[in-house]
Amino acid sequence: MVDRLRGRGRESAVTTAEAPADPKTAVWDRVQLARNIRRPRTLELLAPMAEDFIEIHGDRAFGDDPAMVAGFARIAGRRVVVVGQQKGADTEENIQRNFGMPHPEGYRKAMRAMELAERFGLPVVSFVDVPGAHPGPESEERGIAESIARSVGLMTRLRTPIVAVITGEGGSGGALAIAVGDVVVALENAVYSVISPEGCAAILWRTADEAPTAALAMKMTAADQQALGVVDVVVPEPGEGAHTDHEETARRLREVIVERLDALALVPLDLLVEERYRRYRNLGAYTEVAQPAVAPPERPGFADRLRNLLDPGRWAGVQLPGPGRGREEPPAREEV
Amino acid sequence: MPIKLPSFRPRKDAYPPDMWMKCPSCEEMLFNKQLDKILRVCPSCGHHFRLSAAMRLEHLIDHGSFRERDAGLQSVDPLGFVDQKSYPDRVTAAQLATGMRDAAVWGTGTIEGRHVAICVMDFGFMGGSMGAVVGEKVARAAEAATYERIPLIIVSASGGARMQEGTLALMQLAKTVGAIERLRAAGVPYISLLSDPTTGGVFASFAVIGDVNIAEPNALIGFAGARVTAGTIAQELPEGFQRAEFLFDHGYVDRVVHRTDLRAELGLLLRYLVPRTIDHAGDLDGPVTPSFRPLSFLSALADRVIPEVEEEPNGRGEAGRGAPGRGAATPAEVDRG
Repeated sequence: MVDRLRGRGRESAVTTAEAPADPKTAVWDRVQLARNIRRPRTLELLAPMAEDFIEIHGDRAFGDDPAMVAGFARIAGRRVVVVGQQKGADTEENIQRNFGMPHPEGYRKAMRAMELAERFGLPVVSFVDVPGAHPGPESEERGIAESIARSVGLMTRLRTPIVAVITGEGGSGGALAIAVGDVVVALENAVYSVISPEGCAAILWRTADEAPTAALAMKMTAADQQALGVVDVVVPEPGEGAHTDHEETARRLREVIVERLDALALVPLDLLVEERYRRYRNLGAYTEVAQPAVAPPERPGFADRLRNLLDPGRWAGVQLPGPGRGREEPPAREEV
Repeated sequence: MPIKLPSFRPRKDAYPPDMWMKCPSCEEMLFNKQLDKILRVCPSCGHHFRLSAAMRLEHLIDHGSFRERDAGLQSVDPLGFVDQKSYPDRVTAAQLATGMRDAAVWGTGTIEGRHVAICVMDFGFMGGSMGAVVGEKVARAAEAATYERIPLIIVSASGGARMQEGTLALMQLAKTVGAIERLRAAGVPYISLLSDPTTGGVFASFAVIGDVNIAEPNALIGFAGARVTAGTIAQELPEGFQRAEFLFDHGYVDRVVHRTDLRAELGLLLRYLVPRTIDHAGDLDGPVTPSFRPLSFLSALADRVIPEVEEEPNGRGEAGRGAPGRGAATPAEVDRG
């Protein structure tokens, strides 16, 4: 019922433009569109979308992060709390805003705003457009991992509706930190991935030149993410892309956001939080096979020897190997 | 049995290559069998080598008390991911190399007589990367700990989320952290043990939010890989960057503990961090678990009087603790906080 209220599972009308013959090029074009410097960010979207917006600053612990925007907004008459990353529209602004890569204080500011939302019963709308959280030493010193984990944790239990919108780059943990929602919306040319395609290519193909191949393999486009169930709604962009018409993009997004907010407002909070937990609990694909592969790690004691005597074969599990030494294999992991 | 003919090989080939190894820290030559006996810590400089999940469990858990759960969880290939090798091929290769099904093992056991739910990761399996199986195991461990009201211990050793599962691997961050948030709300303690290495999405999710975070000396612990940092920002990295002691200095790790003391420290901590009793948890547990459980006082008494708790009669937890959750609806219904 909740699914229907939120329109999950409904096919959204995604107008796929005439696709280039090569799927790799098509995906890479989208990645470039998602990174377009003229693409509307949180503030550019809010300007036409919200009747008014009042920004709040600072995490009350260290400082204010210009790469993260938080505040109160009125969207079609509905009061909401907005959080979102903010890249710059030119080099100068990009330097000032750290290229939209938030430090820990950015995520802590976002958490502060979301806690306010919970306390005053306002829904949260988040706008995600981030290459990744800031990876520098000062970021590590102030606990970037901790701030991301806490923010994700807060969003899994926040007792107010959350609509997350992926507007551009959804870069790994830095994106997920403000993208845990009851409904996840994505713009048509947005991308969402566990690691940047360059990083993935550098690890698995051992060269960053294979980034388009990695982008294709990771299925990072909005439509693919919708098929995987990570994204619920894909909103078509006007013309050549969102950067060509900020107003129209904002108008289309507002329609979807308002519709979802109104539907979510009807759901009792207990059910809402439980459903949100279930949503993430059920993401990820695995199977369950019958017999265990790993034998219990114990030396055969007297009882075991007796058991072996009575029921041989049952405990003769797979030989336990020694600890990993010199296994030749590229690291199968992300590093962002 | 075929007859084995004598082979004429150069003398150095006669020894298995993994019989000896050189300590990367002090360059001492170490005999592997001997090293296994001393918990794979270099006797001359104290360098901590990585432990497999099996060895870690053998070290931490009371002998013979470990009961693995959900051993049959197996990765699938949701994206059809192929790089230089296909993802299923990589998983199969890792399974053959390690004898594990995926990069984590979870189950219940006792540490110095105290019941715990424990999840251990193995860096040897695809860099300990977290895909749906690891995420599921961590979440099930947390849910079972919540439901059975036993402390949760997670030993992390991972490079981060598994790229081959794409954003579904990223979603495991939300899945695991969400389950641990419920554990916290229910007043059940969670100790995170960070071993070398704990980075990326694993560090930025369940590993960093332990009620108590313990790290092994000189373990690499950080969010972004050194190459990413160097590539993104041209900046000199400080000495000892992203090591356990660095984290300790900046307040993200409670204790840096030598491997030989680990078990005793955990035992001591578990005496302080006892799950809040059901009565105090109150409405967190809802109607599913009755606040009065017949005979529950007996096990509480036994915990206090008899330090050593006997082995569980079967692998599925004590009868008095109720049926453990099999992932689906049961455990989550407990704490609708």
